[in-house]
Amino acid sequence: MSINLLKNSSILAPSLKRGRPSLNKIPSQHNILNIRNLRPALHNISNTRYLLSILFTVSGLLLAQLANWYFPQLAESEIKIYEINLFEAALFKLNIMGAYSIVLFAMIFIYLVIGVYSYFDPDRRIEYIQRAPFRFVSGIGLALWDILGTKTLLLPQPFFPGPSRILEALLMEGGFIFENTLYSLRLFTAGFVSGVVIGVVTGILIGWFPKIYYWVYPVLKITGVIPAVAWMPFALTLFPTPFLAATFLIVISAWFPVAFLTAQGIASTQKVYYEVAKTLGARTSFLVFRVAIPNAMPHIFTGISTANAYAFTTLVISEMMGQPGGLGYYINASRVWSAYYKVFAAIIIMAILFSLIMWGIGVIQRWALRWQRGLVK
Amino acid sequence: MRELIEIQNVFRTYVDDKENQVEALFDINLSVREGEFISIIGPSGCGKTTLLRLLAGLDAPTSGALSINRHEIKSPDPERGYVFQQGSLFPWLTVEKNIASGLKARGVYQKQKQDISHYIQLIGLAGFEKSYPHQISGGMAQRVAIARALINRPAALLLDEPMGALDSFTRADLQEKLLELWKKNNTTMMLVTHDVDEAIFLSDRIVIMTPRPGKISEILKIDLPRPRDRAGIDFAGIRSSILEKLHLASTRQPPEYEI
Repeated sequence: MSINLLKNSSILAPSLKRGRPSLNKIPSQHNILNIRNLRPALHNISNTRYLLSILFTVSGLLLAQLANWYFPQLAESEIKIYEINLFEAALFKLNIMGAYSIVLFAMIFIYLVIGVYSYFDPDRRIEYIQRAPFRFVSGIGLALWDILGTKTLLLPQPFFPGPSRILEALLMEGGFIFENTLYSLRLFTAGFVSGVVIGVVTGILIGWFPKIYYWVYPVLKITGVIPAVAWMPFALTLFPTPFLAATFLIVISAWFPVAFLTAQGIASTQKVYYEVAKTLGARTSFLVFRVAIPNAMPHIFTGISTANAYAFTTLVISEMMGQPGGLGYYINASRVWSAYYKVFAAIIIMAILFSLIMWGIGVIQRWALRWQRGLVK
Repeated sequence: MRELIEIQNVFRTYVDDKENQVEALFDINLSVREGEFISIIGPSGCGKTTLLRLLAGLDAPTSGALSINRHEIKSPDPERGYVFQQGSLFPWLTVEKNIASGLKARGVYQKQKQDISHYIQLIGLAGFEKSYPHQISGGMAQRVAIARALINRPAALLLDEPMGALDSFTRADLQEKLLELWKKNNTTMMLVTHDVDEAIFLSDRIVIMTPRPGKISEILKIDLPRPRDRAGIDFAGIRSSILEKLHLASTRQPPEYEI
């Protein structure tokens, strides 16, 4: 710290320096050292520095590209040529290496576009610079993975296929994977949405009516801790279709945390809010819908986030155990043939899909709880 | 002026967790005229908040009767607005919507929503309509709470130490604002407070209460012309007489309640 302070003092008195003071250099070093402490100082990013950081970001991926092109294929595995018919208009012949390099180029292009886009906003510029090391290392990671997983097959095969091999699964069975993704999405939406709705309703009833609390809450507490998939044998026999059976399982896995936390949220409403509402002339419906439920909203969303994680787990497990489709089904079907590259492809799709769902829920949550902004950290 | 609120032989007894009978209110008699500003002052535990809650209908007397406009007070009603100590705004609603909740609770929002901007002007919070309660100061929040109660045009506004948690500058400011609103709307005001100066500055009459059992020891009429000068000689005279009474009141305890 003391060294920094000394440097600082030299900035304060530039006139004392003779000749050409290296003023630009000192503050920028200072910034790198204290990115977190001195964020505002980072607003003065020179264009050269920003340009270098864009290059830094994409250079990892460029290295991955070079590894893909120039690293010899040591493994004795056949490289198939695929015909890709793009919109019935143009016919491409592509092997997996080519497809992988297209993906890498697409990523480079995306980061360049983000770089240009972020240039015009000081905050985004800082963010871009701060993410550069991570993105660079990701590129290096891809290069290593490619070399070890596809080019040299040093990683144990077929359990750890390289990135181009995973791409192959998407290339070969893209349509089938897409169908399965839609199946998962449909199943998840049906189960999760009804689970959340039922959870909120039962939670409100439990939180509001002492009688219902007395009779239902203990049942909720005991049955709620049972993982939903434990009911699978019953679900599969009781419901006419596997889809309905899995929906039921997802419903109960989402229902428990939502109901539990909604009830807590309703019950934790401060007395003063009810009293205020009563002195303003409120009836019971106002007390429930405009006092208790808004008060329970933060709890409800905590419940929904938990339910979300439970529902993903239940979704994949029930798909793996007796569904005619879905990503879980696809994983299981591929595993049987030891097609681990397909398993990885499904896992990657799952990561993207589930992240998107969580992001969507996050957006809704931030909107619904916008009144908390600045109130809760 | 005619009588608005009538309190007759009101008793309120609690049983505390040690099974002791606590007489929060003991034989309270008071009548309040329409348009009057009354302060209730006294040490903690003298039952002043209990009395206000009985008037609001948030609590019921053990015996005795409370009435407003000659009908008995049984349950809360928007004809008796209530302003709580602090933190009573709904945190999930903006200033504007908090005030609107007064109308929504009665189901007259569609008919009277044009009043909202009027009341926002009245409390001097124009420009803060879209702010959430945690984004405004404590003094502003209390003004919003007052506007939320006033928008229902209550016959009486019951204020339970609304300025208790504010600093002295904000407090003086809000006192002026309260007087202004009182004059404009001609609402009967009943204010519970700890603050002797506040009571003298605002009230037509001051009700002094004493604890254990909670009862009215004296009712003082304040005849000073308004606006009142807090630094004036008359003001100081009334202050010292009230302080003296409160001091006496807190030392003169019946021996049977001492442990």
